Amino acid sequence: MSLPKMLLWKIASHLGAIAALVLLGGLLSATLVRLAPGFDADERELDPTLNAESVRTLRESRAGEHNILRFYSGYLRGAIHGDLGTSHALGQPVQSLLRERWPVTARVAGFGLLLAWLLAATLAFTACLWRLPVFEILGITLSGAFLCIPAAVLALLSVILNAPGYLAIALIVFPKIYRYSRNLLAKAYALPHIVAARARGLGEVRILAWHVLPVAGPQMIALAGITVSIALGASIPVEALCGLPGIGQLAWQAALSRDLPLLVNLTVLVTLVTLLANSGADVMIYMLRPREAA
Amino acid sequence: MNAARKLAWGLVLAVCAMSLAANWLAPAGYAKQFRESPGAPPSHRHLLGTDEIGRDRFARILYGTRISLLLAPAAALVSTAFAALVGGLAGYIGGIWLRVARGFTDLFLSLPWLFLLITVRALLPLNVSPLVSVLITFLILGLLGWAASARVLSTSALALRNSDFVLQARASGVQGPRLFLVHVLPNLKPVLYAQFWISIPVFILSEANLGILGLGVAEPLPSWGSLLRELEGMISFREEPWRLVPLLLLIVVLTSFQTLLSNEEVTA
Repeated sequence: MSLPKMLLWKIASHLGAIAALVLLGGLLSATLVRLAPGFDADERELDPTLNAESVRTLRESRAGEHNILRFYSGYLRGAIHGDLGTSHALGQPVQSLLRERWPVTARVAGFGLLLAWLLAATLAFTACLWRLPVFEILGITLSGAFLCIPAAVLALLSVILNAPGYLAIALIVFPKIYRYSRNLLAKAYALPHIVAARARGLGEVRILAWHVLPVAGPQMIALAGITVSIALGASIPVEALCGLPGIGQLAWQAALSRDLPLLVNLTVLVTLVTLLANSGADVMIYMLRPREAA
Repeated sequence: MNAARKLAWGLVLAVCAMSLAANWLAPAGYAKQFRESPGAPPSHRHLLGTDEIGRDRFARILYGTRISLLLAPAAALVSTAFAALVGGLAGYIGGIWLRVARGFTDLFLSLPWLFLLITVRALLPLNVSPLVSVLITFLILGLLGWAASARVLSTSALALRNSDFVLQARASGVQGPRLFLVHVLPNLKPVLYAQFWISIPVFILSEANLGILGLGVAEPLPSWGSLLRELEGMISFREEPWRLVPLLLLIVVLTSFQTLLSNEEVTA
C-alpha cells in the first residue's frame, strides 16, 4: 500500500475508533445517569397547585426514559439533529451553553498548555544541553513542588495573587511535561551513537537537531496529545475558582446541581476532544516516521 | 536506604502518629465550637487559631490528616485489587479478553480524571451524612482509579504468560486458576506494590481537589480537601499565614511519598 493510502487508512481507523469509543462512552454515561439515585425525581411534582392528572402526565412524559436503550437512542437521534437536550439547572439548551463556554476554555487551556510547554521544554533542553546541575536541580525542585500541590489550590493561589487562570493551568501541566520530557531526553542522550557524536566534538545544537530530536520527538508529540487531557481536567478547578465562564466551570456547576444531562454531554465532548488530540498526535508521528510507526 | 528516604519515612510516620494521637493531642475534637472566639489567631489555647465558626484548627488538621491518610491507602488497595483483577487476568488470559480489557481501560483513560470524578460523584446523592460522604469519596477514587494500573498490569501479566517458567509449569500440567495464583500472581507482586504506592499520593490530591470544589467529604468531618477550602477566603498570605498550615502539611507528606517512590519502584 502506498504511503498516502496508508495515512488515509490510519486516519480512517482512528476516526472509527473515536466514534466507537464516544458511542460506548455515551451509552455508559446514559446508563449511569439512568441508574443514578433520584433520576426519577422531578421537583415539579412537589408543586401543590398541580392536580393528580397533571402529576400523572408529568410521569408519563418521562416514561420513555426508563428503558436505557430507548433513552440513549432518543438522545442520539436528538444529538444527530443538533439537539443535546436542556440543562435542568440552567434551563438553557445544552448546545447553546457549549457554544458560549467552549471558546473560554479553549483560550485558557490553550494559553496554559503553551506556557507549560515553553517552561518545561526550556528547562529540560537547557538541563540536557548545558549539563549544569543548577538547571537540573531547578527543574526537579519546581516540578516536584507543583506535583505536590492540588490543582484547586493552585487555582486558589492564582486568585489570591491576582494571577491569570492560564498561569494556574500552566503550573498544573508543567511538572508532568517536564518530568517526562526530561527522562526522554536523558535516555536519548545516553544512546551510544549520541555519546559517540559528543565524543567526536559535534556541536550540541547539531546533536540535538539531528540525533536527539528524531529519537525523542515522536514520544514528545504523543505527550502533547496527553497534555490536552490534563489541561482540560485542570480547567475544572481553575475556571470554577477563578470565576472563568468556561466548560470546566459549567461541569462544576452541573455536578453541584446534579444536572445529569448537561454533565453527560460535557463528558462526551471532553472525551471527544481528548481522543482527537491523541489521534492527531498519533497521525503526526506516523507522518514523521511512517516506517517505525507502522 | 539513603538519608532522603529515611527522612521521608520519618516524616510520614510522624504525621501518621500525630493524626492517630489526635484524641490526646486535641481532646476538644474537630467539631466542638468555641463560640466566644471564632476566627481567633493562634494562642496557647488554640495552637493554629480557630476557623470562622470557632472550631480549633489544630484539632481539625489532626483529624483531617487521619481521614485522608487512612482512606487514601484504602482506596489505593481497592483500585490495585481491581486493576489486578481486570488487567492481570486479561493479560494472563490474552486474546479477545485482553483486547476488550484494553479497550475498556482506554475508554477510562481517555476521560480527564477530574471530569470523570466529578461526573460520577454527581451521579450519587450529595446530601448525605458525613460518614457516607467519606465512604463515597474514597470508594469512587478506588473504583475509578484502576485503569492506568490495569494497563501496566496487563502488559506485565502478558509478559509473564509468555515466559519460560510459565511455559514449563504448563508443560508440567499446571493450568487455570492454579497457574495464575501460584505462578503468575506472585511474580506480579512488585508491579502491584508499585501501583499501590503510586496511587496513594494521586488519591490524596484527588480528594483534596474534590473537597475544595465542595464534592468531597461533608462537614463537619474534616479532610485535607475541606481544610484547604479555607484558603478560598484568603485575601493575602500575610493576613493569616497559619491558614496555610494544611497546605504545607500536604506538601510535606506528598513530597515524602515522592521521595519514597524510588525509580525502581516506579518502573517495576
